[in-house]
Amino acid sequence: MSTYDASFRIWRGDAEGGSLRDFTVEVHDGEVVLDIVHRLQATQASDLAVRWNCKAGKCGSCSAEINGRPRLMCMTRMSTFERSETITVTPLRAFPVVRDLVTDVSFNYEKAREVPAFVPPQGVAPGAYRMQQVDVDRSQEFRKCIECFLCQDTCHVVRDHEENKTAFAGPRFLMRVAELDMHPLDAAQEAGLDRKRTAQEEHGLGYCNITKCCTEVCPEGIKITDNALIPLKERAVDRTYDPLVWLGNKIRRRADL
Amino acid sequence: MATGTEPPRLTGVHDPSRAAIAARHLRTDRWWLAPAVTAAGLLAFIVYSTWRAFANADYYAAPYVSPFYSPCLAENCQEMRGGPNLDLFGSWWGLSPALLILVFPLGFRLTCYYYRKAYYRGFWASPPACAVAEPHAKYTGETRFPLVLQNIHRYFFYAALPVAGILTYDTALTFRNDRYEWGHMGLGTLLFLVNIALIWAYTLSCHSCRHIMGGRLRHFSKHPVRYRLWGWVSRLNSRHMQLAWASLISVALCDFYVYLLASGTFTDPRFF
Ligand code: SF4
Ligand code: SF4
Ligand code: FES
Ligand code: FES
Repeated sequence: MSTYDASFRIWRGDAEGGSLRDFTVEVHDGEVVLDIVHRLQATQASDLAVRWNCKAGKCGSCSAEINGRPRLMCMTRMSTFERSETITVTPLRAFPVVRDLVTDVSFNYEKAREVPAFVPPQGVAPGAYRMQQVDVDRSQEFRKCIECFLCQDTCHVVRDHEENKTAFAGPRFLMRVAELDMHPLDAAQEAGLDRKRTAQEEHGLGYCNITKCCTEVCPEGIKITDNALIPLKERAVDRTYDPLVWLGNKIRRRADL
Repeated sequence: MATGTEPPRLTGVHDPSRAAIAARHLRTDRWWLAPAVTAAGLLAFIVYSTWRAFANADYYAAPYVSPFYSPCLAENCQEMRGGPNLDLFGSWWGLSPALLILVFPLGFRLTCYYYRKAYYRGFWASPPACAVAEPHAKYTGETRFPLVLQNIHRYFFYAALPVAGILTYDTALTFRNDRYEWGHMGLGTLLFLVNIALIWAYTLSCHSCRHIMGGRLRHFSKHPVRYRLWGWVSRLNSRHMQLAWASLISVALCDFYVYLLASGTFTDPRFF
């Protein structure tokens, strides 16, 4: 069992302003950044605001930026840093700050509401849904999402351009569109909702330039860009830019592949 | 009153609603290394291939033809016995014939999802690295002209297939010797074999290919063959970046090898 003193810089403040404050705090073997933040609360800064819940990387509450990288505090081991290193912890920098390490992530809930829900197929009672495993494999990867919004925070489309927030749903919710468009039972098409088209026209898929930062930070290791965003872009191409596919669909009337 | 001296409107990480942190980023790792290496690698290839494409010389040393000049589509092409001479353009084309064919592989790679990532990050700093603020005041991504044209990538994929086919034919021809007799092999044959394997692997690992094979389906269970194909392409696709670099290097190496032979700098070691 070993113990040492680590240097931390933590952003403290609120919407009116704030700054990085220095702290020296004790670290024990096996601890994670969230443990240290809790020790600070207990010993030096009892009013430090921080959001957390499960301490197991499953609730998505403790998202922050550690040494400039969006991460979960509860999943960032202290052993990954040099003992001499100063560790900087700030709130997510793409969302409005509330206080200290807590940000207002309601942007994400608004975007979630903008994606039309699963459309139940006609004539199949809810309990009678049957799906093959191979048909849901792809969506199941996306269902691992813990809604930590680290991907939304890192995506430069909104992180670096506040004005794009209205037009762009962000990787998490474009992935939701992809999930529904790949869903074997979703009846959006029959109900007159073309998810391939709305991905482009309403959720801002074209803003994504596939630079993969969302994939880089996802704590669940979801291949957001390769498995959701690029396939969705290809699906949008089918609709908008590919006359061959468009013609084929017209002639054969096979909307549902 | 606009005085022309007021500070630029703050946006992005400096938006007034966000935590007040002056630094554009707080990363302490060497985040600049990857974009710098990428940009240097791409730049090196651009310089090299521009020189070779415009050179219009030293691209054939029997039985090897440089992949930059194959198929050779104009009348001013060097005669390559049994080789990829396809005089589609006739005599009016006076420039290097490489320019005619390179448009296709160039377009394929330029619109490739991986290369897009590489040059958006490496050359355009959009973004330079994750959570490092980009220097641009405005951003519309691929929603507008010209970048909206990236959506035609799949047509370049279709075009890349016959090109890869012809390079495969060229590779078969390397089993001849310089008197055009079959059943021989030299060091160049090996290089060409490695190159064509990488070219095919890169081409087939394309995201558009993955989509065409089966990605666009909703019910894999109803299309077992396409599901299989999609599975294979997906496995290759997860290596798309590595294949993009490996095939870029191998194609340049093959061309350089032909250059060395054709310019008489080096003699091809023959195995049999
Ligand atoms: S890949 Fe697209 S969605 Fe993901 S971070 Fe980059 S721009 Fe944003
Ligand atoms: S996709 Fe990954 S990074 Fe984005 S919210 Fe879900 S778990 Fe977090
Ligand atoms: S506290 Fe739940 S993910 Fe960190
Ligand atoms: S070749 Fe790279 S995605 Fe198509």
